[in-house]
Amino acid sequence: MHRLLPILLLLLTAAPAVGATDSADAERGEYLARIGNCSGCHTAPGGEPFAGGLRLDSPYGTFITPNITPDAATGIGDWDADDLWAAMHEGERADGSPLYPACPYPSYTRVERDDIDAIHAYLETVPAVAHETPAHDLDWPYGYRPLVNLWQALYFEPGTPADTADADPVRARGRYLVEGLGHCDGCHRARGTFGATDTEADAPGAMIHGWYAPPLADPAQAGLQDWPVAEAAALLRSGRTEHAATMGPMADVVFDSLQYLSSEDARAMATYLKSIPARTVASPERLIGLSERGREAAMREGGRIYANACADCHGDEGEGGDGAPSLAGNRAVTMDNPVNVANMIRRGGFPPATAGNPRPYGMPPFHQLSERELAAVISYIRGSWGNDAAPVSATNLRR
Amino acid sequence: MFATRVFLIAIVLAAGLAIAAPASARDSTSGGDAMARRLEACTACHAEEGIRLDDGYVPRIHGKPAGYLYNQLVNYQALRRRNATMNHMVSHLSRDYLYEIARHFAERHPPYPAAAERPGRALAERGEQLVREGDPQAEVPACASCHGERLTGVQPNTPGLVGLPRLYIMAQLGAWQVGARHAAAPDCMAEITAQLDGRDVEAVAAWLAARPVPDNTEPADAPVAEPPMDCGSVPAPDDNA
Repeated sequence: MHRLLPILLLLLTAAPAVGATDSADAERGEYLARIGNCSGCHTAPGGEPFAGGLRLDSPYGTFITPNITPDAATGIGDWDADDLWAAMHEGERADGSPLYPACPYPSYTRVERDDIDAIHAYLETVPAVAHETPAHDLDWPYGYRPLVNLWQALYFEPGTPADTADADPVRARGRYLVEGLGHCDGCHRARGTFGATDTEADAPGAMIHGWYAPPLADPAQAGLQDWPVAEAAALLRSGRTEHAATMGPMADVVFDSLQYLSSEDARAMATYLKSIPARTVASPERLIGLSERGREAAMREGGRIYANACADCHGDEGEGGDGAPSLAGNRAVTMDNPVNVANMIRRGGFPPATAGNPRPYGMPPFHQLSERELAAVISYIRGSWGNDAAPVSATNLRR
Repeated sequence: MFATRVFLIAIVLAAGLAIAAPASARDSTSGGDAMARRLEACTACHAEEGIRLDDGYVPRIHGKPAGYLYNQLVNYQALRRRNATMNHMVSHLSRDYLYEIARHFAERHPPYPAAAERPGRALAERGEQLVREGDPQAEVPACASCHGERLTGVQPNTPGLVGLPRLYIMAQLGAWQVGARHAAAPDCMAEITAQLDGRDVEAVAAWLAARPVPDNTEPADAPVAEPPMDCGSVPAPDDNA
């Protein structure tokens, strides 16, 4: 009997330990799924989490995101951890057919097996939702899925740990998150032939939902090379620093995903982003030159509009104020491509509400401005208080 | 305390989502620290001085029940209501902050704009009939039976109908008819508007916009009588109340 007792004790203690490991995996998986922002695409507005149905427009037609809840019939309830690994690492569905690269598996392929298993453990715990999503609505010939096999042969290589290796462990962790789950390149790098990400060091950014995701290599655009690590990490997590606010699709990313970063991971991502070799990257949007007289007229008109509509919050000298970021020295207004600043003025909006900025200040929309007035006020902001960016013509802002 | 609890439960039920009660609901102060400044994005259109009721569009939000305003902000976020500007404005705000915004406007009572010009007699009569008595044959209950005798709304989730532009009211009734606006199920307004024809919509909107604002513009604490329908966005009466 006394020989059996230790075994009994072992069994008694071992059983709950297995459960605890499962739930710890699922908890870690929840964190990782947030950083990968799975629900950002796999949840439709107002829909059940992970039940799919979001429509993603692309040059190849409309993708409709699938249901990834554990429902066996309409979701991925019959996928085991190997199946999720094959999908995220190799771009292969459980039935062996290839995934369209609308799902960012060219980034997810750098995620380690252990982390994907944790995400699988988490996805098994989310409520199963019976929701049959419609088939993708793609243009000819892209609806013919076997073409993706060809695409993968040409443009896709499954990742290896060497891809994100770095001598500095903090930078390595950051690179792993930025290039893997974070799939930052999915938006911050242009896509070339048939949607393959441009891997050149000086690749421009991409247009996303009418906004420009600027390149992370250029410190005059989205590059964080010149920022203190703490401030860059704060921008990722809270969507707002003294000098910058995230708006547009990046605000969605902060709200849905990055605000949940641990402070260590935010710091790691900031450290890696800061280390990307700085480049000057040309904008795909070529600015139409203005004559000196045209520029002066725009500055005068823009100055009047600024004094009436903007100075109250952003300050007479563009120095910013309560809740309103400074415009002097603000890259969002001075970078070559003016589409984002035009969107911000036309549409207004709030930066994301996060733990670091729970009650954001909102910017009113100014959609009543004509294209000429908008160009004038943007030109004024780009050319005042030490800002030295080229003026913008109304033609550049035509929708 | 009990009322607060019922209120919170009502909001959670009305939103149709199992969310935690907003923490900010627990204290009763209005959080005056620069809220007006934070919300200039809202007041740029929903200005205190109001809007012209005969040809304006933007609705008055000041003084409406906080539960109603909160539900609408959540509906815009979930695209159950569609308006490009509003969908964009709320797209990445937290539930806590949306509730605080709702409460901020619910507590404010700036003067109402002048009523619109009274419509022609036939239209006014039909409008008044629908608002006051409904149309029992068409199974349309009176607006006043849920929105309060004074039509200033009922706590916590039913909006007032006075001081709204004619075009806005028409657009909302039309949006329900075509499925572009939804409330929590069962969606009473979808059922009611399905029974209205174009002239009814015009009549109700014109009569309401021309209605002088009553002296007491506060939302009523309770409906006049038992509500005629079971509505998802109106909490069910509590047995212990």
